[in-house]
Amino acid sequence: MDGHVPARLMSRRDLSFLLHEWLGVAALTARPRYADHSRETLDAALDTYERVAAECFAPHHRAADVDEPRLVNGEVKVHPAIGPALQAFSDSGLMAATQDAARGGMQLPFVVERAGMAWLFAANVGTAAYPMLTIANVNLLLAYADPALVERYVPDMLAGKVFGTMCLSEPQAGSSLSDVATRALPQPDGTYRLHGNKMWISAGDHDLSANIVHLVLAKIPAAEGALPAGTDGLSLFLVPKWLPAHGGAAAERNDVTVAGLNHKLGYRGTANCVLNFGEGRHTPQGQAGAVGWRVGAEGRGLACMFHMMNEARIGVGTGAVALGYTGYLHALHYARERRQGRPLGDRRRRELPVPLIEHADVRRMLLAQKAYVEGGLALVLYCAWLVDEAATGTEFEQDRAHQLLDLLTPIAKSWPSQWCLAANDLAIQVYGGYGYTRDFPVEQFWRDNRLNPIHEGTHGIQALDLLGRKVVQRGGFAFEALRAQVTATLDDMQRRPGWAGDTARLRKAWDALVEVTQTLIMIDDAAVRLANATPYLEAFGHVVVGWLWLEQARVTFTAKPANAADEAFYAGKQQTARWFLRWEIPKVHVWLAVLAPPDPSVLEMQDAWF
Amino acid sequence: MRRILVGIKRVVDYSVRVRVKPDGTGVALDGVKMSINPFDEIALEEALRMKERGEADEVVAMSIGPEEAQQQLRTALAMGADRAILVKSDTAVEPLTAAQVFTAIARAEDARLVLVGKQAIDDDANQTGQMLAALWGRPQATFASKVEVLGEVLRVTREVDAGLETLEIDLPAVVTVDLRLNEPRYVKLPDIMKAKKKPLDVKSFADYGVEPTERLKVTLYVAPATRSKGIMVKSVAELVDVLKKKGLA
Repeated sequence: MDGHVPARLMSRRDLSFLLHEWLGVAALTARPRYADHSRETLDAALDTYERVAAECFAPHHRAADVDEPRLVNGEVKVHPAIGPALQAFSDSGLMAATQDAARGGMQLPFVVERAGMAWLFAANVGTAAYPMLTIANVNLLLAYADPALVERYVPDMLAGKVFGTMCLSEPQAGSSLSDVATRALPQPDGTYRLHGNKMWISAGDHDLSANIVHLVLAKIPAAEGALPAGTDGLSLFLVPKWLPAHGGAAAERNDVTVAGLNHKLGYRGTANCVLNFGEGRHTPQGQAGAVGWRVGAEGRGLACMFHMMNEARIGVGTGAVALGYTGYLHALHYARERRQGRPLGDRRRRELPVPLIEHADVRRMLLAQKAYVEGGLALVLYCAWLVDEAATGTEFEQDRAHQLLDLLTPIAKSWPSQWCLAANDLAIQVYGGYGYTRDFPVEQFWRDNRLNPIHEGTHGIQALDLLGRKVVQRGGFAFEALRAQVTATLDDMQRRPGWAGDTARLRKAWDALVEVTQTLIMIDDAAVRLANATPYLEAFGHVVVGWLWLEQARVTFTAKPANAADEAFYAGKQQTARWFLRWEIPKVHVWLAVLAPPDPSVLEMQDAWF
Repeated sequence: MRRILVGIKRVVDYSVRVRVKPDGTGVALDGVKMSINPFDEIALEEALRMKERGEADEVVAMSIGPEEAQQQLRTALAMGADRAILVKSDTAVEPLTAAQVFTAIARAEDARLVLVGKQAIDDDANQTGQMLAALWGRPQATFASKVEVLGEVLRVTREVDAGLETLEIDLPAVVTVDLRLNEPRYVKLPDIMKAKKKPLDVKSFADYGVEPTERLKVTLYVAPATRSKGIMVKSVAELVDVLKKKGLA
């Protein structure tokens, strides 16, 4: 038996390398918002995340997977260890980490908060999903809700007394939000009554908090009763499970009911619900319909949601990285401990078999995992750092950060979801038969991670977003901003002794990507241009992560190793960068080969031919 | 002023699997995570609860160690200690030296109570608290699993081999704490910012009139022998036979 061991959640050494040695986050303390911070306070904050993760989240990772949420008399009951873990999370101030000091927050830079959250995702993503949603919910309310609504709910949310959800999908409308059919009927008192069904609502009901705040996308019908078509007709509403106490009357149950629970492959600690709004099970103030308050302007619902989408998608990428990372650390530990087989060519059969890590093919699998998870971590932290830049930099820095962030967000979401899942797959392989059993945690990491290519915009949606929108946005300004960054790194590394050849591999891939992009954006027919968007996304992602590996190698040239452990760490970074450039970057050319001119195989394939 | 002093030792974190240096001169500490000794953290938590209950006015965290031990003291301040004292030492400190320094601080600060962990998880010496009480000339209660303040008397439940023992001792006193006493709180993020502004005095041995001396000489560190391969026996009789041959039965 091998539990989910705290020391194998994330690597503090790697986080420290990326945050301090590469991104130089302590420089953020020069900005007014972070002026009270220092490297010490940022590190101390990470200590709290690490500790809450190891002591409160990791211990029930398996238990909450086995003992799934249950529906009892219309209410959802979750595993009993989740409540105390989330209480510790809120009590330590993690829910309010990035908020203003006046709100009880620490004004922690977003990039440090995401690094901290990585510990919690690695420890127990099913439990971490509750605060992740609540944090996003709070940020949305602070940006768009009326002050009265903010004061009614946000303080309790930051204290962990009220949790939040995001209700977008419906049974008939998942990725296609223009088909949302939930109706919001305006009332004389300024509130709305909502009627409709919502699907895939994580944390949709549970016994963890006194109240639940649902943020619901719905349409306000025109006078004749018809719903506006398209996404422009979507508005956003705050719908609490319990309505506020009113004129001496006790709090009243709102007309929101759980129609069922979804039984998932992973993330099982997170209650995922089908919710019915306004079906008449409850009749607040004597009337059926879920009472809600509009957040943001009429018809701006999706814009409000998308304002948070960059952060949410970086959050998904971070979760995918964290699961891949903990899987890698588990596999690494196992490969060092488990003895099996002899070195090739050893005919003498030495008394003891060698540790797995001495076999070249096992090292290949470990190296691939290391490249995917550390590359993915660099990617999500870079994007999180861009969020800080976009919020607190100079006007120029803000604009550039916004552009780069828009461009890279589909990559930050999709690349870790694909490759850190692949890392989890390799972790199982390193364990062999044991990895396939439930006696070891690596199979659960894989199941948990399998969600990430699906939610918050599927892999295919990310590809359409990247090629259909982001690369051409503002005349390709963002693409040019990225090109400047990548070229600077290539030029720097080109002249480093021993790096010209490997750097050239990435330059060749980057040039090919630029050329294909230029060809693609000239194609007018969107169906043809976007038919092979997914290999484009994957090629783009690999080039970006190749660049981030070269960046990590670059940092090692100015690093000052303090001891042998440091020297090994930097040597490992260089070796992994080379591995990625030699083993992974060539794949870019394969993906690009079907893009320019677009190979029509998929487009021309007909339903009847399958 | 009813003041509680709490001893805080910087040690290798409990989750680190330590390795002996190849030359046997000690344990490899390069890049290893360091934390507050978990027993000392429990001592601090108890002091903070006493203050919150109105049984103390001030909680002072004290440590002896390198410059970096300020990190652990900042953590103690973030947990809620009012101020901190670091007595700088670049070499490992033996329990007697630690007890001498703590005695001097207890006198200088007019402490009402000194709380320390029953032992530190690095050397497991379990001596500092006892020596401190003797040097200070005050009562002691060790291995505390429950502490109650009854005016000028402390009622302490101790974990002893036979079970639990309850003592009443006069204040000022020294109490060394055991694992079951409490569960320490987590540092709250906003309190990390508040801790930055709390006083942390860095002192020297000379400031407290102590001259550290090395009474112990460590000759060699070795890792415990790895377990050798076991053998299967067919019967109880055979097992007894093997044990007898090994001189174990």
